[in-house]
Amino acid sequence: MKVSYNWLKQYLKLDMPAKDLAEKIERTAVEVDSVTLGETGLKKLVVGHILTMSNHPESDHLHICSVDVGEDTPLQIVCGAPNVAAGQKVIVALPNSRIGGNVKIKRSKMRGVESEGMICALDEIGFSKDVVPKEWADGIYVFDDNVPVGEPVYHYLGMDDPIIDLDVTPNRGDMLSIIGTVHELAAIYDQHPEIKQPVVNEDDSIDAANEISATADEQLAKTYKLRVIKDVKVAPSPSWLQITLWNAGIRPINNVVDVTNYILLKYGQPLHSFDQDKINGNIVVRNAHQGEKLTTLDEDEQELSPEDIVIADDAQPIALAGVMGGLNTQISDQTQNVVIESAIFDSFHIRKTAQRHVLHSEAAQRFERGINPDGVEDAINEAAALIHQLAGGKVAKGIVTASDYHPALPVIAITADRANHVLGTTLTIDEIQSIFDRLGFTSVKQGEGLAVTIPARRWDIHIDADLFEEIARIYGYDNLPATLPTGRQTIGVLTATQRLERASRQILEGIGLTQAISYSLTTAEKARMFLMRASEETKLLWPMTQDHTTLRMNLLSGLLDDVAYNHAHKVDDVALYEIGRVFYKDSADQIRPEEVEHVAGVITGNLTDPSWNNHVKPVDFFVMKGMVHQFIVNLGIKGDIEYVAADHYPEMHPGRTADILIHGHQVGFIGQIHPRIAKQFKVKETYAFELNMQALIDLPKNDDQYQPIAKYPSIKRDISMIVDSNVTNDQVVAVMQKRGGAYLHGIRLFDVYEGKNVPDGKKSMAYSLTYVNPRETLKDEVVNTAFEKIKKRLTADLNAEIR
Amino acid sequence: MSLRDQLSEIKENGLANISQAADLKTLNEIRVHLLGKKGPITAALRGIKELTPEERPQVGSYANKIRDAITTAVAAQRDRLEARQLNAQLAAEKIDVTLPGKPVAQGQPHVIQQIIDQIVDLFLGMGYEVLTGPEVEEDKYNFEMMNLPKNHPARDMQDTFYLSKEILMRTQTSPMQARALEKHDFSKGPLKMISPGIVYRRDTDDPTHSHQFHQVEGLVIDEHITMADLKGTLITMAQNIFGDKFDIRLRPSYFPFTEPSVEVDVTCFNCMGKGCDVCKHTGWIEVLGAGMVHPNVLKMAGVDASIYGGFAFGVGPDRFAMLKYGVDDIRDFYLNDVRFLNQFSKRGN
Repeated sequence: MKVSYNWLKQYLKLDMPAKDLAEKIERTAVEVDSVTLGETGLKKLVVGHILTMSNHPESDHLHICSVDVGEDTPLQIVCGAPNVAAGQKVIVALPNSRIGGNVKIKRSKMRGVESEGMICALDEIGFSKDVVPKEWADGIYVFDDNVPVGEPVYHYLGMDDPIIDLDVTPNRGDMLSIIGTVHELAAIYDQHPEIKQPVVNEDDSIDAANEISATADEQLAKTYKLRVIKDVKVAPSPSWLQITLWNAGIRPINNVVDVTNYILLKYGQPLHSFDQDKINGNIVVRNAHQGEKLTTLDEDEQELSPEDIVIADDAQPIALAGVMGGLNTQISDQTQNVVIESAIFDSFHIRKTAQRHVLHSEAAQRFERGINPDGVEDAINEAAALIHQLAGGKVAKGIVTASDYHPALPVIAITADRANHVLGTTLTIDEIQSIFDRLGFTSVKQGEGLAVTIPARRWDIHIDADLFEEIARIYGYDNLPATLPTGRQTIGVLTATQRLERASRQILEGIGLTQAISYSLTTAEKARMFLMRASEETKLLWPMTQDHTTLRMNLLSGLLDDVAYNHAHKVDDVALYEIGRVFYKDSADQIRPEEVEHVAGVITGNLTDPSWNNHVKPVDFFVMKGMVHQFIVNLGIKGDIEYVAADHYPEMHPGRTADILIHGHQVGFIGQIHPRIAKQFKVKETYAFELNMQALIDLPKNDDQYQPIAKYPSIKRDISMIVDSNVTNDQVVAVMQKRGGAYLHGIRLFDVYEGKNVPDGKKSMAYSLTYVNPRETLKDEVVNTAFEKIKKRLTADLNAEIR
Repeated sequence: MSLRDQLSEIKENGLANISQAADLKTLNEIRVHLLGKKGPITAALRGIKELTPEERPQVGSYANKIRDAITTAVAAQRDRLEARQLNAQLAAEKIDVTLPGKPVAQGQPHVIQQIIDQIVDLFLGMGYEVLTGPEVEEDKYNFEMMNLPKNHPARDMQDTFYLSKEILMRTQTSPMQARALEKHDFSKGPLKMISPGIVYRRDTDDPTHSHQFHQVEGLVIDEHITMADLKGTLITMAQNIFGDKFDIRLRPSYFPFTEPSVEVDVTCFNCMGKGCDVCKHTGWIEVLGAGMVHPNVLKMAGVDASIYGGFAFGVGPDRFAMLKYGVDDIRDFYLNDVRFLNQFSKRGN
């Protein structure tokens, strides 16, 4: 709501700068979007009087004007506006002036004729085209005759009036009006403005009830009232009214329509005016019929639905109630008889209609947020009086009322104790009462407390908490003390799961992976990649874009998007992890998916930058495996960790992927992204893992990770063998562990080799074995016996050739 | 020459040789020669039997002194030579300490995670528990129990991703208020919780909007929790996250689930309150919404609003991070450019 400071001053004594007033409003009532002054940035714009005008000899549309600007000699100004004429008072941009858009105007020659300035249209000095009246839209603006020549124009165009744009919250619909804002400021500044009741001079010879009749569905319109004004003369409004409207962002149309908009601004009560002679018979407020159509004032044809409320006559809809009038009953220059409507339409219907037809009009905005039931009649009365004043005619006697609504005013009981209990203040009952006095709420002492009667204009207040808010904001949030909660103690600790998740992040970061947070919503195709279990997709009903339609069932596709983004920005080395939810559904009928916490990581390129002493190698499967393994070990999960070759993930390299099992439970997988998928995502050779974080959390943990360090020296033996290429490390280690004897403590693979000096189909593997006896010094003979046994078993079981 | 004089001469010559020894090998040869069985002292002492019994011990003692002097001189010379040798070695080992160190692979927490952790740690210290809840939420918890009935203007369809009429992507972490209130046993103590998590809005992504972002919900309910407690708590948070110099102010606002409702501004980061373009010359920047929990929210969750009450607040870590670090595009948080992420490597703050 754009509020004119000057308008407020008609009711209140305000002398602070507009900026300070805005700050006060912001801290006490509602947010302020901006404070603007029309004349800001403009310079040397004055009222000029066109003395004479002649045609430009070199042009068919330019005119040469002699313009009195209050100086000794008139200026010669060339003007091309179609509506320019001698005798007009106009906006003159003097030489070296500045007009809208920070444009400077200088003396110049136009087709050989000197022009000492410019005669301006409104949109040339900063007005939005949306608010310029039609009559001035295609030409220069012409002042009323009584404007003094040579004076700066700003005052005569309302450009010296600071406009405060309020961002009114949904609950404060009362502030979408000047009177509502005046009440609010009266409370803030403790003033008592006089708001006069309108007086209508009715013509007793015409009875409104004989002119029109109306019926209304009370579910749709709690209040519905009409007035009739006969024999008006439709004309442009006087400049004060035009200024008021355009400063509020509303385009002046004519004296009848402008009055209804003026009343909307003043009371927050939207009105509508019909040309009585275009109404067929009587008026009814009803739901639209299926298939009905209405061309609204914006000249768009609206297809109506039964959820729309319409004003209809005997023949057809004539207005989309509360949203926009119909073109068929529009006030035109020829209109003589006017019907004014003042009503309260159901806010829910209006909101839906405004959304459906994308017509968020000033009227709709107000009906959506509520209307003061006590203002409906004042508004229509003042409208009739003002139309009578500006457009002449006769106001028919009486108001035609189809429905009416005057709810009982709510009375809310509060105590100072309760208010202080909630706010943390130490206010007395008298202090609280004085706040209600300022707000204009009647309050009566009742025992310890107050019974507060809420005026109809504050329909947002229903319960004591609403009153506490009123007390707090008028008392001032700045004056509230700042304390911390006291009372019964609580313990703030992370749960075991939260601790584990936090530890996981620290481990993964320590390993060299950076935390990513990717989008959970992705494409259907990406959502179903890297599936660790069978699942249906979870799709949005109305996605915003094709890129985000489906809830992910894996984290890796998001991380691959991240890698691709990095590659596209010339970053080849990426090492990321993510912990987040994936969303599974067992069947398509299931609506709500199961949310499972996963952890995943990707690496590609080098882990560190190559440097003078850092000779890097690109990452491979085993770099990723080392990371994942360390991660799982650090979590202290009970049981063996197994890596089982897996070729069943369509998105993973079939020969370089392993399922990860802990104590026989599958918890995820690790491997190289399938080159086909890598190509599709536009990523380079990338290694990845994804684990079910929830499973890791749920698996039992080692309570006791400690084993004493052996006090006796260990003995090392190296063994080198040639085995068939398809023999795995796990097979070799399994034999060693099974046959290694009681003292075999550690097995470390230190070399694997295929190629020269090793026969085809064979590979060489070399292990270092450590033997320890925790109870006494080991003897060489004991180790030798154990070592020989291993050699024998490797030869027998794996056909190994020991070297 | 008397035996004593002989010995004196041996000493003089010996000490001179020792002090001139240029390396450890020469020094050792000198030591072996002087003190050895074939050395001059031993040779000279062979003449001791020709002395009177009274003279013998005196000369013997003198010889021992000479041995000691030589031993001491050798040790001192050895220290000197060793020091010289070490110095030479150190000089030869000199490196260019300005050469860069070997790169270390280190990952970083996401900047939003850092903000969330900071908030979580602060509130843990104040006795809050940390709760997490579903990202796919029921309309009931996300809206209805937050005092946003079906036709409420504040829940326009276009802002919410629905999966069905009743199931949606949560638009706020506030449903955790309802979930926590429903579960909490107030006979065991007050409810003090924060709930960080991801939320979703049906928005077009642009520099200031993201269809996915984070919130941290806070809720305290007990028999006597005041709006002053809310103010104090929020000041504590602002100063903990942003710094001691930051202040907050409360402004009236509207949320269906709190009454009174406030927007909370914090001192502008850019101008520290003086007024600048960033804060539209107010000196303040809006950072979060808060208020006293609406009695309807308590009632709907089965909590007796005549006994219990308290405050709630909702913080946007994305916005906090944008303000704290001057990030001007929220999408940067979700694109995961490693150059962007790895900048936030400062720890312990």
